[in-house]
Amino acid sequence: MSELQSGTGESLAEGKIVNILIDLGVSLASIVIALLVGAVFILLAGESPVIAYGALYEGALGGARQIMSTFWRSTPLIFTGFALAIPFRAGLFNIGGEGQLLVGGFAAGFVGYYFQMPGIIHAPVALLAGMLAGAFWGFIPGILKAWKGAHEVIITIMLNYIATLLTISYGINRLRVGGRPALPSIAEGAELFRLGDLPELPILGSLPFIEVFAQPGSRLHLNFILAIVAAFILWYLLERTTYGYEIRSVGINPAAAHYGGISENKTIILTMVIGGAMAGLAGAGEALGTHHSFIQGMDAGHGFTGIAVALLGRNHPAGIILAGLLFGGLAEGGLEMQFVGIPSEIVQIVQALVIFFVAALQMIKYFMARRRAKGESE
Amino acid sequence: MNIVRQLLALPLILASLRFATPLILAALGGTFNERSGVINIGLEGMMLFGAFAAVYGSFMTGNPWVGVLYSMIGGGVLALILAIVSVSLKADQIVVATGINIFANGITIYLLQVFFGSAGRSPRVTRLPYFRVLGTRYNPMTLVAIILVPIAWYVLFKTPWGLRIRSVGEHPSAADTLGINVNKYRFVCVIISGILAGLAGAHLSIGDGTSFIRDMAQGRGFIALAAMIFGKWNPLGAFGAALIFGYFEAVAIRVSIPGIPAEFIRTLPYVMTIIILAGAVGKATPPAKIGEPYFQEEE
Repeated sequence: MSELQSGTGESLAEGKIVNILIDLGVSLASIVIALLVGAVFILLAGESPVIAYGALYEGALGGARQIMSTFWRSTPLIFTGFALAIPFRAGLFNIGGEGQLLVGGFAAGFVGYYFQMPGIIHAPVALLAGMLAGAFWGFIPGILKAWKGAHEVIITIMLNYIATLLTISYGINRLRVGGRPALPSIAEGAELFRLGDLPELPILGSLPFIEVFAQPGSRLHLNFILAIVAAFILWYLLERTTYGYEIRSVGINPAAAHYGGISENKTIILTMVIGGAMAGLAGAGEALGTHHSFIQGMDAGHGFTGIAVALLGRNHPAGIILAGLLFGGLAEGGLEMQFVGIPSEIVQIVQALVIFFVAALQMIKYFMARRRAKGESE
Repeated sequence: MNIVRQLLALPLILASLRFATPLILAALGGTFNERSGVINIGLEGMMLFGAFAAVYGSFMTGNPWVGVLYSMIGGGVLALILAIVSVSLKADQIVVATGINIFANGITIYLLQVFFGSAGRSPRVTRLPYFRVLGTRYNPMTLVAIILVPIAWYVLFKTPWGLRIRSVGEHPSAADTLGINVNKYRFVCVIISGILAGLAGAHLSIGDGTSFIRDMAQGRGFIALAAMIFGKWNPLGAFGAALIFGYFEAVAIRVSIPGIPAEFIRTLPYVMTIIILAGAVGKATPPAKIGEPYFQEEE
């Protein structure tokens, strides 16, 4: 009896490992093929892919300073990856990360400069304001989907444009001082801790290797740590709680979930709110940690990059961190590529290609399962 | 009173048709592919790429009509990617189409730099000839859009071909039993929508304007989808809905109301899209098998 149980346990675990390996293989193959096709576009522009990708590598991983910058760049992408992934697990496609990031950044930047608070609470309050603003921006499509069945893709896109008009066209133009297209700089107490300052701390500072964080010009900040903490929390929520079970049930089979007494509407709203909060944190981190104000162009397409990050990371918190680091590296290295005369938009093209190939290659899994089922039935 | 006079002014209402043109074209395209059972969130990207292709064609030859041809090819090529990956390989339609949008945004800015050395806008090119009706300027794309509306309606509802498209979207397995090649019809409908979205792009870049500006589609592909839904997946309804959205776009640009910041008025097309979509859905029924890839049963 116990042998039998351990036997099934093992084969279950084995099946899980095989699945993870297939997922990993699909992701790796997608990124390799995307880079190869990207090379074709570089060739079409009359440039050398070797030089381009060499610069990309140098810019992203060439040394400790570059690696710290890659971590820094990946921070908002990991958060916007979560913003897509959590609703996606419930079968929703939140492409409003861009707008949710903007309102989050605006709220954080506003709280950061407008209110006077003791340093110890100012940053957390500003961060929370950004998170709540993003959550609210996710709540709107959530409730419209739940109540009215309005398609979340169209609603979130519309909210992206509305967010741009309200926070940048109106907000910044109304509140800025001088020519800089930004809100006034936040109070020093609202700035997020930069990891480059770690060696100056009393106890942590004496740790070996801590100097590695103190790279000149590094803007890596606390939000990177928060992203990793968020990954653990989201993993726990999805895999170990009833809420997570409900979210996954609605995503896999809404009819069965409904029959099992799970409220689909509650799940839709909850996941969109969590997604919005994550994108809000991405924006708040950029405003409080990177730029020290809410500044025009801060969003930089992070909301859309988050889509590729989540898909490549297979909507799993750990996968999203890895994919976020990869796209952070591509973004950082893309700047170096621009220096050698190749438009950094090639990175955006590679992102889109990754989305195509992940979507197409994961069908292999389906066709394999089908062939296996067919083989067994014969 | 002054505001009412502004909102009902004849030039504003006439201009609505011009603003509605890309929405009509893209919504017609959307109607075809959604009737066949494929969601096309990628209309936006196809429109954007079509707009770029039109400018490139006109720039290279000096003939804007070549630009129009290029825009159809441009939109069609992106639609071909969507058709191959999501119809033939049966990958998630929304995911792939979002990839199309990101791709279009990246490739147009990339090509702007490669061809024209600018990341923002292309040089001015020869635009389509224009004509005036009651003092309002129109370009031929508006005529094309108006002519295509009854044609699309006739094809979808009065021809065997249209019947097959609709059956493929409503009940693919039944259509399959009757010997209709489901995925072939879906493939063709996706290409048609790409070509129409490309034409919408040509209207933006060489019809209404004279150059390509980055991100110039500005959400119109998605507003067109909303128009299609509001128009109940019927070309005539889509036409009416597109006119309404065109009007809001005209208001957003032309009307100023004292006390309300201009930026707030400019959110009008987007806010109205949300309101209409949230109000209309429930009453509107999409084709039954929309968004689901079709797998042929095996014996």
